Amino acid sequence: MAKKQTKKALTWDYSPAPESTGHIDLKKKYDLYIDGKWVKPSSGKYFDTINPANKKKLAEIAYANEKDVDKAVKAARKAYKNVWSKMAPSERAKYIYRIARLMQERAREFAVIETLDAGKVIRESRDVDIPLACNHFFYYAGWADKLEYAFPNRKVESLGVAGQITPWNFPLLMAVWKIAPALATGNTVVLKPAETTPLTALKLAEVIHDSGLPPGVVNIVTGYGDTGAAIVNHPDVDKIAFTGSTGVGKIIQKAIAGTNKKATLELGGKSANIILDDAPLDQAVEGIVNGIFFNQGHVCCAGSRLFIQESVADVVIEKLKHRLNSLIIGDPMDKNTDIGAINSKEQLATINKYIKIGLDEGATMYQPDCKIPKEGYFCPPTLFMDVAQSSTIVQEEIFGPVLTIQTFRTVDEVIQKANNSPYGLAAGIWTDKGSRIFNLTTKLNAGVIWANTYNKFDPTSPFGGYKESGFGREGGLHGLSAYVKLK
Amino acid sequence: MERLEVLKTYKIYIGGKFPRTESGRFYSPENQKGQKLGNICLSSRKDVRNSVVAARKAFGGWSERAAFNRGQILYRIAEMLEGRKAQFVEELIFQGATKAQAEKEVNISIDRLIYYAGWCDKYTQVLGSINPVASSHFNFSVHVPQGVVGVIAEQSSSLIGLVSVVAPIIAGGNTCVVIASEKLPLCAITFAEVLNSSDVPGGVVNILTGSPSEMIKPLTTHMDVNGMTYAGNDSEIITQLRESAALNLKRISHYDDNWMDAEAQNLYMISDFQEVKTTWHPIENIGGATSSY
Repeated sequence: MAKKQTKKALTWDYSPAPESTGHIDLKKKYDLYIDGKWVKPSSGKYFDTINPANKKKLAEIAYANEKDVDKAVKAARKAYKNVWSKMAPSERAKYIYRIARLMQERAREFAVIETLDAGKVIRESRDVDIPLACNHFFYYAGWADKLEYAFPNRKVESLGVAGQITPWNFPLLMAVWKIAPALATGNTVVLKPAETTPLTALKLAEVIHDSGLPPGVVNIVTGYGDTGAAIVNHPDVDKIAFTGSTGVGKIIQKAIAGTNKKATLELGGKSANIILDDAPLDQAVEGIVNGIFFNQGHVCCAGSRLFIQESVADVVIEKLKHRLNSLIIGDPMDKNTDIGAINSKEQLATINKYIKIGLDEGATMYQPDCKIPKEGYFCPPTLFMDVAQSSTIVQEEIFGPVLTIQTFRTVDEVIQKANNSPYGLAAGIWTDKGSRIFNLTTKLNAGVIWANTYNKFDPTSPFGGYKESGFGREGGLHGLSAYVKLK
Repeated sequence: MERLEVLKTYKIYIGGKFPRTESGRFYSPENQKGQKLGNICLSSRKDVRNSVVAARKAFGGWSERAAFNRGQILYRIAEMLEGRKAQFVEELIFQGATKAQAEKEVNISIDRLIYYAGWCDKYTQVLGSINPVASSHFNFSVHVPQGVVGVIAEQSSSLIGLVSVVAPIIAGGNTCVVIASEKLPLCAITFAEVLNSSDVPGGVVNILTGSPSEMIKPLTTHMDVNGMTYAGNDSEIITQLRESAALNLKRISHYDDNWMDAEAQNLYMISDFQEVKTTWHPIENIGGATSSY
């Protein structure tokens, strides 16, 4: 019997390991969270949010219009004037700590809902998105009564009502990146999550409600672009914080040009990931994979332009192709899955458009031979070789699992090539030599530079870009400036 | 029949355990009404030495914890203290405080722990620096903990004085040996129980009761203690600390604050127990490329 078995070829398939959805609590319909209450949208309209991995409807979400936004801003203003700006900073801190703790307690629920709504793999939402979000609240809670140390010799004042608009790639994390520093510095908030991923922000509203935070301090309004526009254009909003595309960022900057609204914009990127000839190559290959395929490449700082020093290019590309064949694409709820679902039908169309442009412009494409689920929106990990600086897919942000590969001979050359982009969000450097790292970090124009690692985030570490990747920083001590005026 | 109350045995706290003093001795302080507070351990110099060993052993692990993790643990201490508020209030009243004073003291102690919990992952951002040296080097300075710190807690309070000094010391990654208030020792030991149930590793805080006049000398002259701090204004003790410090260049600090003041807390109580470490790293400077784009 044993002999028979050994003759059979061994297959090393992973058994399915789906995360349970038994412990989550989703309502069929979500209203707007305004002034500490769930209120129906004045239009009476709702839209569906779906699971992009199987196109099944998860819930109906209220569609807020100008009237609803106005109601939310008024609630935020009232809470700002009457309660939040008057509260002792140390008490403000304790509310934020409470929210952090309540989120930690419900972390698993948040992770599952994030994966269902966004299509990102459960491993990432469980180990990255949700813990980082909780820690972010923890970190900024501590700042609330220490602001005088962050801005020596200045009197620190809050701005008032902050209007915040967040994207669909890290739905909860981006919401927390915006809410936490705003609250710590004494502002009140009207936040609009992205239309394809509103659920975790609404769950956050539940946590905020449970924490006993005074009504109106945080208001969550859901809707599409016009809802966001209503926030941006509302005359009683003092600050706009936006994370999203450079296109929309420019519209916002223009829209508020005639006002005194303060803004931080965290926009697109086309970040260079640079492999030097002395890099630990296997580690670098993992870094390349993490850089571009983390969260299906829906990452503003994704290392989407790979630069490999010529002498090691062949071996790196070979290793990379080999690694691509071992990536598991499929059910985001499965704990073994590496690449989950593309966030929406629209985004999948955009990615496919760019893949076609790449082929039309003569680039060489490589995709591993992998099984793609039939239901839902999926895209295999994709490499493009034989591209030029001027290729569309090298110039423009794709926001998907698509990597362009270029080579270089000297460090000088790669600095010029990497900096030759309208963006400047992040960069990666792989080398064994520390002195080369610091040469490159000095000369690369990017807000965040990772050396021998990629896509690392921490509440203490400021994040944000140069040039058309936006302005302002989120995270760390520097993230406080976005929400204060100094006198 | 009325139920007989079980009395608490107050022991000392060394290396995460609650032993009796190795000397077997005790003393019985009384409150103003003449009631005995209990049979309290009269710790010996051997207890002091054992505590220093425990503190040294715990230092590596504690100082290398992620700052965020230390912050979570300090926050946890505050949570545990909040949960046992009633016990502390009762002890403070028994030791002579009014109910209002006792409640205020416990509340401020909790809030102070939260305050320093928040600093754990921030003080290096405020105190540290990138130094623009003229040569082609990346040069930066960070604050790192001193090591084992000896603490002579405020003698006129039972809880707040101890918490106010211990919190910034451990927030900064140090470990410590604390000589508690001689006449008001109850909350110090109950606070040790709070620490013991808050994920604070054993040995990070060691608390001894007894006579400061007996314990100060073995602690301040101990060659494996890196810093000493004293909350009080007895000039003889201050002089004694300064003299003994010269044995192995201990860092000395002393405070004469009113710890009941909500403002008696600041960043510099953390940096008082820190060293500055500077690192130089070369920047390769070849080729002509600049960041001119």
